[in-house]
Amino acid sequence: MPDAIEVDGLRKRYGPLAAVDGIRFTVPVGEVFAFLGPNGAGKTTTVEILEGLRHRSEGEVRVLGLDPWHDAARLHERIGVIPQEFRFFEKIHPREAIAYYGVLFGTRPDPERLLRLVGLSDKADARFDTLSGGQKQKLGLALALVNDPQVCFLDEPTTGLDPQARRAIWEVVRKLKAEGRTVFLTTHYLEEAELLADQVAIIHHGRIIAEGTPGEIIAAHGRSERLSVESTPALATYLRDRLGLEATARDGRVEVPMHARGDALKVLTALEASGLPWQSFSTERDTLEDVFVSLVGRMDEGELKAEGNP
Amino acid sequence: MRPARIYADLKVFVRGYLRNPIGLFFSLFFPIILVSLFGVIFSASSSTVTLYVENFDAPSNVSAQFLTALNHTGAVEVTVVDPNGSGVDGNFTHWLAVHSHPVGLVIPRGFQQAYLSHERVNLTLYTNPGDAVSSGIAESAVAGVGNAFSFAAVNGTPLIGVTAQPVGSTLFKSIDYLVPGLVGFSILTSPMFSMVDISSSYRKDGLFRQLSLTPLTKGEWLASKILWYIVLTFLSAAIMVGIGVGLFGAHVTLSLGLVPFLVLGPFFFVSLGMLAGSLAKTPETAAVIGNVITFPMMFLAGTFFPVSLFSPPLQLVAHALPLYYVIDGMNQVMLFNNFAGALPDLAVVGIGSVVVFLAAIVAFRWRDA
Repeated sequence: MPDAIEVDGLRKRYGPLAAVDGIRFTVPVGEVFAFLGPNGAGKTTTVEILEGLRHRSEGEVRVLGLDPWHDAARLHERIGVIPQEFRFFEKIHPREAIAYYGVLFGTRPDPERLLRLVGLSDKADARFDTLSGGQKQKLGLALALVNDPQVCFLDEPTTGLDPQARRAIWEVVRKLKAEGRTVFLTTHYLEEAELLADQVAIIHHGRIIAEGTPGEIIAAHGRSERLSVESTPALATYLRDRLGLEATARDGRVEVPMHARGDALKVLTALEASGLPWQSFSTERDTLEDVFVSLVGRMDEGELKAEGNP
Repeated sequence: MRPARIYADLKVFVRGYLRNPIGLFFSLFFPIILVSLFGVIFSASSSTVTLYVENFDAPSNVSAQFLTALNHTGAVEVTVVDPNGSGVDGNFTHWLAVHSHPVGLVIPRGFQQAYLSHERVNLTLYTNPGDAVSSGIAESAVAGVGNAFSFAAVNGTPLIGVTAQPVGSTLFKSIDYLVPGLVGFSILTSPMFSMVDISSSYRKDGLFRQLSLTPLTKGEWLASKILWYIVLTFLSAAIMVGIGVGLFGAHVTLSLGLVPFLVLGPFFFVSLGMLAGSLAKTPETAAVIGNVITFPMMFLAGTFFPVSLFSPPLQLVAHALPLYYVIDGMNQVMLFNNFAGALPDLAVVGIGSVVVFLAAIVAFRWRDA
């Protein structure tokens, strides 16, 4: 099956500034792809180019095999888009909005089903300007589904929402995936990407600095799993000298990377044998957030070169 | 263009419109206020002067006939005051001054007797130099009636008669002109102000982008706005004609010849408002561009005053304003019942509408490059 989204060498320039600077990635059909990056990284520019709302300066872009800018009308019949901070006609009711979109797309949507899907049934007949931010976003989602889209674009769908509304949106994204739709998601919430995405690309200053599954990115760019013991620096010295492990001491904790399955057991045995005082231990691994913060930080300090640079 | 999509968009737009009391107020109550206000102003400034009369010859037949004749001139309306009644107390000039009445006439005792015996008799007309217009009207009315009576007394006939024959604009009362003018005014202002506002606020709120993601086309979107403003135009025209005719006695002809103007007028100005709004980069400049286009037309296109009253250079300006052709056409139909005379206007408005509509569609963008 061909990929739902194919991007190669994509650039978007605003004068001398390149908001998107030569990125490439593909999104297979049926996957949730998260485009992760800090504010101003180029996420929205990219997603708008994919949606056919913005013209690219350079590069190849195909969504469902179509050129988003030149085949916009045909593409829009097959994709659903929820923009950042969805806004609509102030006085319209959600039920009417869905019926309206149904006529525009020439489909016969079931307003009740869509409203239930996004959790907006109780506000079906409320005026749009009386809805909360989360409810407006939910209507945006419902409208994006009126044409039964194969690919859904969600641009920071949960930014500014309370935790409950955020979880509701996540639930819908999971349902979309379960229904076999491809989802392209931009977010600056790492948790969101980690929870929802099959594939993640981290974009910074218009370039992709890491990509893969969340696990792959953590494995490639994060520190490996480690055992952390609340103890004195003397323990670190003991472990290094006696067992040859790379133990480091910091802030009252001693950390030992786990390379092999038996490493943890070795450390705990040595801990007992050492007779040194210790309180608690835990195993820790980098989250996507740790990797993200470290990658973005290193890139800002000029240590790291982005992938796919010319 | 798909009618189903235009209709769906129209429905959404109209609902939004009806759920917004301010928009509704401006569309329906504004015409009422407008026509009532100007109706009152122009009726009040009628050229009939109230002439207060002290008749010391009452109840003589001749003095009574003289006053009736004065009333029949149409220039003055006689109000007889009791010379010794309350307030006047024998001092007529003082009474006139205190009550700010500019003109007063005194008919002396023995007026009938003198008249019938062909003796010279003098009427006294008090005038106020501060109100030259009323004074002049009263003076010529009294002098005219006086002359007529003088001739009648000697069975003479005036050799030179004057028959006043109204020309052009004076054929109609002000309110007659005002009805088509104000209908034109609302054809101009309601769509222009709304569309300039819509074009910038939709852009700011990302609504055009949102719509661009649907199969709705720019032409369909604009068409639904045009349809709604045509409906509003018919409503406000009906209101204004109703009030103008019913309350202020306007004489206008209602015929099918009016329909093309009530359709093409909003068509033109909805498109022009959209074009103006699209050319602006910010909401502020949109409002400025909208006002620059709208304001000259509000006053110079024959809305409140017939263009024929303007100086020639100003008439030239009026002829450059699109609204002039809408109002002139409606004048032809409503005042002169002359649809053939309205055809050139119709041609200008019709061609203009198509050009501006197409220009608006090209100029306004769903999405950014």
